[in-house]
Amino acid sequence: MIETENLTKKLGDLTAVDNLTLHVNDGEVFGFLGPNGAGKTTTVRMLCCLISKTSGKARIGDYDVGIEADSLKIRKFIGLVPDNVGLYDDLSAYDNLDFYGKLYDCTEAQRKENIARFLKMLGLWEKKDVAAGAFSKGMKQKLAIARAIIHEPQILFMDEPTANLDPESSKTVRDFILELKKEKKTIFLNTHNLDEAQRICDRIGILNTRLMAIGTPEELEKSVQGRKTVIQLEQAGDAIIAALRKLPLRNLVIDGNKLTIDVTDPEKENVAIVDTIVGAGGHVQSVAVVGSTLEDAYLKLVRQTK
Amino acid sequence: MRLSKSWIIASKDFKIFSKKNYVIYSLVVVPLIVSFLLPIVIEFAGHRNGASGIPASELTILLPAFTFFYLIIAGFIPTTIASYSLVGEKVEKSLEPLLATPTTDSEILLGKGIAAFLPPIGAILGGATIFMVLMDLVTYGTLGYYYFPNWNAAIVLFLMVPLAAILSVEWNVIISARVSDVRVAQQIGILLVLPFGVIYVAGELDLIPLGSTSNLLIIAGILLVVDLLLLYVAKATFRREEILTKWK
Repeated sequence: MIETENLTKKLGDLTAVDNLTLHVNDGEVFGFLGPNGAGKTTTVRMLCCLISKTSGKARIGDYDVGIEADSLKIRKFIGLVPDNVGLYDDLSAYDNLDFYGKLYDCTEAQRKENIARFLKMLGLWEKKDVAAGAFSKGMKQKLAIARAIIHEPQILFMDEPTANLDPESSKTVRDFILELKKEKKTIFLNTHNLDEAQRICDRIGILNTRLMAIGTPEELEKSVQGRKTVIQLEQAGDAIIAALRKLPLRNLVIDGNKLTIDVTDPEKENVAIVDTIVGAGGHVQSVAVVGSTLEDAYLKLVRQTK
Repeated sequence: MRLSKSWIIASKDFKIFSKKNYVIYSLVVVPLIVSFLLPIVIEFAGHRNGASGIPASELTILLPAFTFFYLIIAGFIPTTIASYSLVGEKVEKSLEPLLATPTTDSEILLGKGIAAFLPPIGAILGGATIFMVLMDLVTYGTLGYYYFPNWNAAIVLFLMVPLAAILSVEWNVIISARVSDVRVAQQIGILLVLPFGVIYVAGELDLIPLGSTSNLLIIAGILLVVDLLLLYVAKATFRREEILTKWK
């Protein structure tokens, strides 16, 4: 469980994170979206006890962030995949993981077992003796993930784990996150990638110094007014248009036989629209709801703060 | 503080150094060259133009000053290693994941210190042993006794050299916070040898007699005080928040 209450971080005159209050449940994949400089990395660093908080409260499991005695316990309890992989290029993949396993107090047997397990899961076992410096970006990212979970933490913080990766490597990383999700790990995922967030996150928070919104991807999509219903008619006659204009529609656009109408709740409004068209003698060929994606929600919320 | 954590970090650094030829050459070549070169200089300079050798009165000034040379080496060899150990981690951006482990800042700093301290000390003591054996061989004829080992050499090698190496490591921690290039760190780090160089020249000129035990102890005492002061500054510099938010 990750919990923050009015968590704030000031860097000089700049407020990097402003009164952040959120709750991430055990076993949840929580996506943290926001533009560059929104405070995502600062939040993760505070939660990982890497930097201090200016004010507010934060708890990781049973431990309080900001209490010196709890910091070591928190760091033992969590794993971090930072935005820069930060591997030791001169050491082999195996030695990189072995070093971190020792720092996390894993026994030799645990280290051997986990290194083999995670390198195999991530398709790196054959390269275990190759220096990390010789790895591709994708392989390095995978190795950084293995490093973060070598001690089998219950909570994993990932700071843009698929940034700069090719599509295939991104997919491997995403699949691995989903594997971890099956193991009921709590994952706190900083990302710019809306599609990725939508695919793997149970809930998403949108941060732009302040937390702008939080919810499931579906809830965030629905929170944005601006979805559109696109109706393809066999013939958009005057009688149909006149009938539609009597409805309290927002922004009816007619393009030949295609009608586009702004809707708030398409499940309810579309019924009335289609009924009206049919009542006016029209023939509906197709109805589709477009727009109002997570991207719309994200952009709207981020622009609001500018 | 758990020494085991520091040792894990130091052992990792030793493994990395062993793969960097540049570090190995820096460690081995300089002490070896000095160890062989100085006795050769004494042997050949003394017998130049048919002379019968450097007089005993001059040897007793030169030999302690030459021993002091190892202090200069202790001032710059750790720079090579410490710059790789600290700035190298910074360049590879490997400090953040390291700081995210359940280790304290002091444990990491000590681990880095051990990694930058032990190899140079080993190389210097090894080189000094060769130097003393060879020097005894070439000066026995003039002095009539084996000059080394002696208490002054022991003070220089076992007290002053470690203190100078610690100073070098601490100096590099402070530098590491401000530079992000290994070579720049080395160039700035090497400035530390200047005061040692001045003392060495003063010793050669007999302005500060380096054969005097009390002089050596005074210099060692000053080194200890400076070490303690720099330790305070290094510890203040090597804090995870400083590293993540202020180190360039």
